[in-house]
Amino acid sequence: MATPVLDKVEAESAASPYITVTMRIRRFNPEISDASVWEDFQIEIDPKERVLDALHKIKWDVDGTLTFRRSCAHGICGSDAMRINGKNRLACKTLIKDINPEKPITVEAIKGLTVLKDLVVDMEPFFQAYRDVMPFLVTKGNEPTRERLQTAEDRERFDDTTKCILCAACTSSCPVFWNDGQYFGPAAIVNAHRFIFDSRDEAGEQRLEILNDKDGVWRCRTTFNCTDACPRGIEVTKAIQEVKRALITRRF
Amino acid sequence: MKIHKYDTVIVGAGGAGMRAAIEATKRSRTAVLTKLYPTRSHTGAAQGGMAAALANVEEDNWEWHTFDTVKGGDYLVDQDAAEILAKEAIDAVLDLEKMGLPFNRTPNGTIDQRRFGGHSRNHGEAPVRRSCYAADRTGHMILQTLYQNCVKEGVEFFNEFYVLDQLIVEVDGVKHSAGVVAYELATGEIHIFQAKAVIYASGGTGKFFKVTSNAHTLTGDGQAACYRRGLPLEDMEFFQFHPTGIWRMGILLTEGARGEGGILRNKDGERFMEKYAPVMKDLASRDVVSRSIYTEIREGRGCGPEGDHVYLDLTHLPPEQLDAKLPDITEFARTYLGIEPYTDPIPIQPTAHYAMGGIPTNVEGEVLSDNTTVVPGLYAAGEVACVSVHGANRLGTNSLLDINVFGKRSGIAAAEYSAKADFVELPEAPESLVIAQIEKLRNSTGSERVADLRRELQETMDANVMVFRTEQTIKTAVEKIAELRERYENVSIQDKGKRFNTDLLEAIELGNLLELAEVMAVSALARKESRGGHYREDYPNRDDVNFMRHTMAYREVGEDGSETVRLDYKPVVQTRYQPMERKY
Ligand SMILES: Cc1cc2nc3c(=O)[nH]c(=O)nc-3n(C[C@H](O)[C@H](O)[C@H](O)COP(=O)(O)OP(=O)(O)OC[C@H]3O[C@@H](n4cnc5c(N)ncnc54)[C@H](O)[C@@H]3O)c2cc1C
Ligand code: SF4
Ligand code: FES
Repeated sequence: MATPVLDKVEAESAASPYITVTMRIRRFNPEISDASVWEDFQIEIDPKERVLDALHKIKWDVDGTLTFRRSCAHGICGSDAMRINGKNRLACKTLIKDINPEKPITVEAIKGLTVLKDLVVDMEPFFQAYRDVMPFLVTKGNEPTRERLQTAEDRERFDDTTKCILCAACTSSCPVFWNDGQYFGPAAIVNAHRFIFDSRDEAGEQRLEILNDKDGVWRCRTTFNCTDACPRGIEVTKAIQEVKRALITRRF
Repeated sequence: MKIHKYDTVIVGAGGAGMRAAIEATKRSRTAVLTKLYPTRSHTGAAQGGMAAALANVEEDNWEWHTFDTVKGGDYLVDQDAAEILAKEAIDAVLDLEKMGLPFNRTPNGTIDQRRFGGHSRNHGEAPVRRSCYAADRTGHMILQTLYQNCVKEGVEFFNEFYVLDQLIVEVDGVKHSAGVVAYELATGEIHIFQAKAVIYASGGTGKFFKVTSNAHTLTGDGQAACYRRGLPLEDMEFFQFHPTGIWRMGILLTEGARGEGGILRNKDGERFMEKYAPVMKDLASRDVVSRSIYTEIREGRGCGPEGDHVYLDLTHLPPEQLDAKLPDITEFARTYLGIEPYTDPIPIQPTAHYAMGGIPTNVEGEVLSDNTTVVPGLYAAGEVACVSVHGANRLGTNSLLDINVFGKRSGIAAAEYSAKADFVELPEAPESLVIAQIEKLRNSTGSERVADLRRELQETMDANVMVFRTEQTIKTAVEKIAELRERYENVSIQDKGKRFNTDLLEAIELGNLLELAEVMAVSALARKESRGGHYREDYPNRDDVNFMRHTMAYREVGEDGSETVRLDYKPVVQTRYQPMERKY
């Protein structure tokens, strides 16, 4: 059953895989100082491991004060979005070998949200924007006895935006959001899209009005940073465009 | 220190906690304390589906589902509870659909269903399509949908609040819940939540194993808080090892992959499950499949240079089917292994997955302080609890069901209780235990490090109390855990600050894991039989004469302060089904 590809993978893993990498991390702890500083850590790691594994090695074996959020460790919970080599990614979904370990790997908190300690930011404004777009199904009339019916095509219509894990990688990569934290940001729009295009929902108009606001979709300048950043592969910019179009045509 | 007063306090915001919160918030003043942001909870990692005999695609009914649950649990299931689970499953799924959950659909627009291990037509005749699902993201959709509805209902959350102690007060000789003590991550401040009713929904404890599908944060905090205050833990020796974790990493590849037609193969390409489970084959129950995999590995038919894994083969399935039904797990294989599942089989090994045991409750979610006595004001639901609907082995898709059915039930029961009950007076200095624990860790200059002890614990658990156990291996684990607990007294942390001190919390979590590992090992040592997830090579058969009973473990503190696990037993509730040999 062994195929050539698998043989290669396994042969590689048999040889000692460890390499030395420099993790350059932007540290910040207001209990100690108001300024943030870059600190270098040299660690031994298998390049097929995750950036999250590298952070754990530092925290567990070198410096217990290094602080970051994490839980699932496989790209499902949305805890560990950070700026790695200048790009927003999940630390648990980024393998060391894929980000040029020959050079120091820089890790810093995502931008546009207040840094509280090291890689931890204040997520409240982000979740507030999410809550503001009515991110729940709204229906009128009597509830059916059984499930509401939905065709497979209607279900497919909003599939992409149901994948969101609220990691904030998109919103915190958006230059409009960096300049003005009042902007709803891509993640909130993605989650509005998820309901606007759900055939069962009856509050599309209300949500569109919310996003028609001066801090709404029209602020988007289609830079595609959000789409590039999304670890779930959601076509964020396309979703925003669809909301814009729905606002113009009022058809969705 | 701050003191808060709520009618109902819920500990945990995963599926069970938020399902309870939706009910409790409508009926009482409710606070949800959660160490993670709600949407970070591990319910979001669940992939395969949620069981309910909707009969949308083929004939099915709740009685068949009850039977499968009882049989799957190797007859250690309380049958009254299993019946409730299976009957209320249908509404639980419909509730979620009405809340907005985007299930996959059949061609006529109803909720689609697929096969899953151990679920059968007419008492084991053939696999049945009972699992309701949303691609391989069912848990994600449940978690999002419940959070969305919590937003809609205005549920009050205290995010990144770690509950570290359960307050128990004796009133007229009966243990009552008075509230909980929590630590606020952002500030290091201690909060007392006085509450008429407390619901634990704090999830599992898988992190005492090394190869596990569980999140770093699943450290059994709720179980430990109750156990430390003298409440029992039920059936802790029963832990489920899921057959298909990504080799060495433990990341889960859903059983839905086999439900869609995936096949397990050894190094000769043989479909070995045909030997072990002629009818259900790759979809036999999880304990059976995990043991079969290790038998193949031990007998030299494992794959790779070290022969330490087998393959999950999806290559015969059309790529469109993989994209539509299994998009996430195929992406895991690509991301973490660099493997293309369209063309290459995926290396897998069993992974520590699910705690069948936990805080004992009755079917209303009320926590028990012994075999029968309820602790007024204390509830538990979800993986932290043991109702017991899973017995010795949980069927796939029955946990997402459990968290919804018993989350809802406990939410209603707790709020109804707090509507008529009074506050129990707080004990003197309610914060004292937590303060002592924190100060000890913060001031310690000991030489032991949290990470070392945790690694050693995980290694001993993997080596000695995983899929195969013997008297000898379990004793080795018990001794090692005792050593680690001693060394834990000497643990120190580097972060002495108040702000986001995750160094401190990891130390506390390790303390919980060590305590629970001991309970698990001691319970396993005493169970001299094999049943479900607990397999003793030295006692390979089920022994209904001596062990058709739940284990109840209590913490005993001797006069010299020494701590031991005392075991007692509780009868199993049997209604419809007589124990039979379990064959798949
Ligand atoms: C990878 C994976 C796949 C799975 N797939 C399926 C499946 O397809 N079908 C199925 O039926 N089951 C599945 N399961 C099992 C099922 O997902 C879980 O058993 C279930 O989701 C547990 O839900 P819960 O609400 O009890 O706990 P969790 O979702 O784990 O939530 C626990 C909550 O408690 C909080 N918490 C923990 N400790 C504290 C504390 N000290 N203080 C405050 N809050 C605390 C956390 O913040 C979190 O909010 C799967 C499990 C895994 C790991
Ligand atoms: S859209 Fe993508 S990047 Fe943005 S919050 Fe959701 S998952 Fe994260
Ligand atoms: S730790 Fe969960 S997404 Fe990275």
